[in-house]
Amino acid sequence: MTPGPSSGTGFQKVLDNMTAPKLPGQQSGALFSSAGSSAVLEKSSPAVEFRNIEIAYGKFVAVRDFSLSIQKGSFVTLLGPSGCGKTTILRSIAGLVDISGGQIMIDGRRVDDVPIYKRNIGLVFQSYALFPHKSVFDNVAFGLKYHNVPKSDIERKVGKALEMVRLPGSEKKLPSQLSGGQQQRIALARAIVFEPQVLLLDEPLSALDANMREEMRVEIKKIQKETGITAIFVTHDQEEALSMSDRIVVMNAGAMEQIGAPEEVYEMPATAFVADFLGKANMLAGTVSKSDGPTATVTLAAGQTVKVVSPKPLSPGAPVTVVVRPEKLSLESGAMANRLTGRVASTSYLGGSATYEIDIGGKRTVRVNTQINGRVVREGGAINIGFDPAGCVLLDEKGIRIS
Amino acid sequence: MKISPTITVAAGLSTGADKRHEDGQMLRVRTTKGWTLYDPRLAWMLVAPVLLLLIIFLVLPIAVMAVYTFFTFVTAGVETGTLTTANWHEFLTDSYYHGFLWKTLRVAAMTALLCGVLGYFPAYFIWATTFKHKWLLLLLLIVPFWISFTIRTFSWINILGEQGVINVALLKMGIISEPLPMLYNEGAVIVGLLHFLLPYMILNVYVSLESIDRTLISAARSMGCTSAQAFREVTLPLSLPGLAAGLLLCFVLAAGSYVTPQLLGSGRDALFGNLISDTIMEQLNWPMGATLSIVLFVVLGFFAAIYTRYMGMSQIVKGLGG
Repeated sequence: MTPGPSSGTGFQKVLDNMTAPKLPGQQSGALFSSAGSSAVLEKSSPAVEFRNIEIAYGKFVAVRDFSLSIQKGSFVTLLGPSGCGKTTILRSIAGLVDISGGQIMIDGRRVDDVPIYKRNIGLVFQSYALFPHKSVFDNVAFGLKYHNVPKSDIERKVGKALEMVRLPGSEKKLPSQLSGGQQQRIALARAIVFEPQVLLLDEPLSALDANMREEMRVEIKKIQKETGITAIFVTHDQEEALSMSDRIVVMNAGAMEQIGAPEEVYEMPATAFVADFLGKANMLAGTVSKSDGPTATVTLAAGQTVKVVSPKPLSPGAPVTVVVRPEKLSLESGAMANRLTGRVASTSYLGGSATYEIDIGGKRTVRVNTQINGRVVREGGAINIGFDPAGCVLLDEKGIRIS
Repeated sequence: MKISPTITVAAGLSTGADKRHEDGQMLRVRTTKGWTLYDPRLAWMLVAPVLLLLIIFLVLPIAVMAVYTFFTFVTAGVETGTLTTANWHEFLTDSYYHGFLWKTLRVAAMTALLCGVLGYFPAYFIWATTFKHKWLLLLLLIVPFWISFTIRTFSWINILGEQGVINVALLKMGIISEPLPMLYNEGAVIVGLLHFLLPYMILNVYVSLESIDRTLISAARSMGCTSAQAFREVTLPLSLPGLAAGLLLCFVLAAGSYVTPQLLGSGRDALFGNLISDTIMEQLNWPMGATLSIVLFVVLGFFAAIYTRYMGMSQIVKGLGG
């Protein structure tokens, strides 16, 4: 159901489902085919598909062997630290960056050799990129004008798009007369008004202040669902990724680390990088001391032993990393199986909850995020923490999840 | 980490203290010996030297010249302080002067427009090139300023003259049988002015191109514009302020030019500046020379003012700043 990174078989399947004249390699002649034939394609092909793409700037390879297929109408986020290649991939769909290998398909048609202005794509930039010399109306109408929409329809469509972003009646204003949030709404209206096949959002919320950011998060998501447009969102903010996406693609150093639904990526990080980048999980290094079917005992580097549930039997002596989310750790849990004793190194009181950095003797402190029941433990205080043996993920020595 | 509560407490205390002594503390912090930071008096003191220079060497001389326009011309080199409007009357009624004024404005406008057309492309090229050493291209623009303006103007004699490079080459190749008259005409004057003014135009346009956010062009392209359409919709309109500033600058400099028509033009190609020079230096008619100077000053000032009014001063200043 949900398309994963396109493997060899997925590639074959797409080919099989296509009728002969609409091979993916088909050139521009097939690009603007009638609605009827594209309806046939819509059922069979993903909205956007990357097939082993590579993007290189001279000798520097920004993206290597990246394959992904994105389902129609879904909201997919490319998440990763800066320089991981996520923006480059986004720009390659738009045609702002040339790929040096592989193929990009939109609705089953190859687009990587199609000039940028012939790709039917809506783009929202971090810097809004509204035309400062044009009114809001002209900005929003811009794409319609170049998609040969008749004048009479333009006015109606612009009005509708402005209503959708909750800025009706702002047609005559100049972008400079609007606030940052309003400008980004107009940019969004401008990108969706000509009904592009894909909406690309390049860190659209980073330039906004925190309050506006949360509001826009909800709004973008709502508009995306309403219009049913396929959206690809690029961000380095894990909260944005987790709250908005249908699927998250976690990227690192030009390659994909994991793809999955937000819960999946968060609860079951595939690699050490994902566990660390998403939610700053605690990584407790240790070795398996006793293995007993699904449960195993792990001796941590700091000396304590913990019980963990493993998806497969572990061999004693094998190095493992126990990944525990800060909120899976609880305080003063006398009844808990895995009890670790430590000293609070720092306390961040957050109102309803508190985050503690706890020194349990290892190299890194353990982070605990918990609801406050009773008193807040201050720095220097002794503390007991514990976690459920099933509430952790195990990584092998290469940093890959044991499954 | 352990000291953070102490800091919080200390900060809390000092906030309280501030509130209590707010006025007194504010004054004590912000003023030193009766001076505040950003004191308007300080600003005046800092601009005073320039202001003085401007008044003594610009405003005052112009005022003196304005007075001179009402003096009576007796004979070459002699004038009396008897006030008269004869000079102004002469200028306003004699079509000889109007012809010069009109021609000066026409030549200046043509030069400015040619500068605009010829200057936009190099500016666009420098802006658009992916060449790593862009600074080198900009430096090349400034290189001509290292050579005296007069010498640069003289060099055209060696290019356009009867014994100049072009004529000699064409004669040697047998394309022409006698030298082309390329020097000492209006064309030569305009060429000389272009040579002098193009860098100003290019720099002005370049600065305004450089201030364009390039994602705007990406945005236009993603919405279906070809590169030519994106240029027309985004790049060109957003670079117009620089072009406009360049046009004004070139127009004013060309209209006030004196050396170029003197060296590259014939007597008929003299511009208003040459007329002023002739009136003062040859005819030794200072009152009339002063009148003509004030006329040119007012006319060019008028154009600059109209232009600034409709272009916005900030844009011009931004352009000149390049």
